[in-house]
Amino acid sequence: MNQRLQEKLAILADAAKYDVSCASSGSKRKNTATGLGNATGMGICHTYTQDGRCVSLLKILLTNHCIFDCAYCVSRRSNDIKRAAFTVQEVVDLTMHFYRRNYIEGLFLSSGIFKDVDYTMERLARIAKKLREEHQFNGYIHLKAIPGASDELIHEAGLYADRLSVNLEIPSERSLKKVAPEKDYATAYQPMNFLRERIAGYKAERRSLKKAPTFSPGGQSTQLVIGATPETDQQVLQLADNLYQDQKLKRVYYSGYVPISTDARVPQVDRTPLVRENRLYQADWLLRFYGFKVQEIVDDAHPQLDQEVDPKLAYALRNPEHFPIDVNTADYEWILRVPGIGQKSAGKIISSRRFGKLRREHLRKMGVVWKRAKYFVLTADRDYLHLGYDPDIIRHQVLHGAKQKKMTNQLDLFATPQPLLA
Amino acid sequence: MILTYDGTFDGFLTAVFEGFRLRIPDLRIEGDGPATGDLFAEKSFVETDQGKAGRVRQKLEDLGGKKTSKALYRCFLSEQDDLERVILHTIRRLLTDGGAALNDYRDPLILRLQQIGKQIGREVHRMHAFVRFQETKDGLYVSLIEPDFNVLPLIGNHFRERYPAQDWLIYDVQRHYGLLYDREGMRFTTLTESQHVRLQRDWLTDTEKDYQELWKTYFKAVDIPERRNMKLHVQHVPKRYWKYLIEKV
Ligand code: SF4
Repeated sequence: MNQRLQEKLAILADAAKYDVSCASSGSKRKNTATGLGNATGMGICHTYTQDGRCVSLLKILLTNHCIFDCAYCVSRRSNDIKRAAFTVQEVVDLTMHFYRRNYIEGLFLSSGIFKDVDYTMERLARIAKKLREEHQFNGYIHLKAIPGASDELIHEAGLYADRLSVNLEIPSERSLKKVAPEKDYATAYQPMNFLRERIAGYKAERRSLKKAPTFSPGGQSTQLVIGATPETDQQVLQLADNLYQDQKLKRVYYSGYVPISTDARVPQVDRTPLVRENRLYQADWLLRFYGFKVQEIVDDAHPQLDQEVDPKLAYALRNPEHFPIDVNTADYEWILRVPGIGQKSAGKIISSRRFGKLRREHLRKMGVVWKRAKYFVLTADRDYLHLGYDPDIIRHQVLHGAKQKKMTNQLDLFATPQPLLA
Repeated sequence: MILTYDGTFDGFLTAVFEGFRLRIPDLRIEGDGPATGDLFAEKSFVETDQGKAGRVRQKLEDLGGKKTSKALYRCFLSEQDDLERVILHTIRRLLTDGGAALNDYRDPLILRLQQIGKQIGREVHRMHAFVRFQETKDGLYVSLIEPDFNVLPLIGNHFRERYPAQDWLIYDVQRHYGLLYDREGMRFTTLTESQHVRLQRDWLTDTEKDYQELWKTYFKAVDIPERRNMKLHVQHVPKRYWKYLIEKV
């Protein structure tokens, strides 16, 4: 086979992998009788990388040539790396053939800036158009909307893509200026605003006219790089919340900075802040699905998320006055706020309790994480903790309780059985 | 008394019909496999009857909607030892409490039904994800699978909607049958020995081999070694599926 194509794919997939957004959800696109593919709205991970990330889309750069020099990016102009560029047809063929074999849900196409912004954006839009119109491809397409591209090109991209994203990358403009001299927030917000208007406009049109064309039906998303610059979690989450509220973004992705760069403008971290990234996703989840407000998760007194415990548990520990929650009488919103109870088990609690009182055993079987929830709920067994409600003790129990128990179990192997203290 | 049936869902529903019609006390239903356990129990084989099965199905839908009869069918495909007991119990609960009974997670057998349903759902989802078509010289896209449960009857629509313009075959190697789609429709099929052998020998197109290589290249390239976490990887992609995953072989 074409050796060169293998090599290009290796380079341009490698260069795209730090872009975390992989979701292929949020858009429904029906197939036609002679077409290929659809978008079911659910998204499927066809495989997982060896670091456990979902592989759903063929995620590649059109090229890693770039005229810009952003300090946090591998493709930056001043970095000495191998460069490559796909042709339009190569991207189309890869997408079609991978999709036919059920390897992928679709294409996620981003790019370094080749020559100038419009030159690059035109190619991204052309690939999407070709897939849709010449090849009747109805799988998922995610395109980058490159800040600074003309409205017409972004519009064109929106007509064929399921989702567009404009990456803010750095969570404050001050920091952005430092690490990416050619960039600023105004240029990034410009296409974001444009997309918000268009997406809303087309949606309204489709409500009255079913046959009206779609425009980026999966909405828009963005990515923030975490840990390359000094913003606090409070700043990051406040920004994310604004993006959800004002820009109507579907998703904000947080990407723990991978120390790929030896550029002096970004700190020399030796580890990707994985825990922090994970905590931010949990907090983001609480904002979007659990009815939490930013101030309830982080505030001036606690500008950083607790690294030891997840933000929901942290909230419960900081607000003991709201607990315990009686699972047999409390409203759904409050059941949802109990650590160890997720959306699914909260739903089961509500639908089961009309058949009779819920006991500890029932909750366990419904999938409630009892070793967490037990400190915060009342059941028909009235077994709400006997410790008295002391957040410090609970924190200690949750963090170290399991460890102690393991040790006791080990000892048990050698000693005569005796009741566990935990 | 124990009623046995031929192992099909309609057979099972017929046994349910007879069990209720004859008001059999302590009714138990078992597949027609080798005798299990109770050698002295009285057993009677029920001949499958589409009409009777249809009436039970209708009754289930009246009680709990399409969703409910689907849930019971899915449970049936799980091949679990206790599935007859679970389904029979659920039907009894449906008769007393209506469709809402399926939400009573306090009831251990209902819980079991829901758990089985969840496992089936997961397996269906895995098949949507892990099917890997290989293009053969006859222009047929073939995928071999060995799912944990008998989920082949549940996955056809998904692939038909996605791939209406290519012929494909998804073959359950363990259960020796497959689902074949040609542009006219879908049907179950069993391969003869010689067809099976052909599938394993020189049957791929050159393009196929190229794209398999490209896919492997892609899989390698997107890995971030600094973050390697094989425990998580194996949790998402359990080893028993690797055999048919191009990127893992
Ligand atoms: S413009 Fe994009 S590709 Fe180019 S250096 Fe900046 S982040 Fe990297």
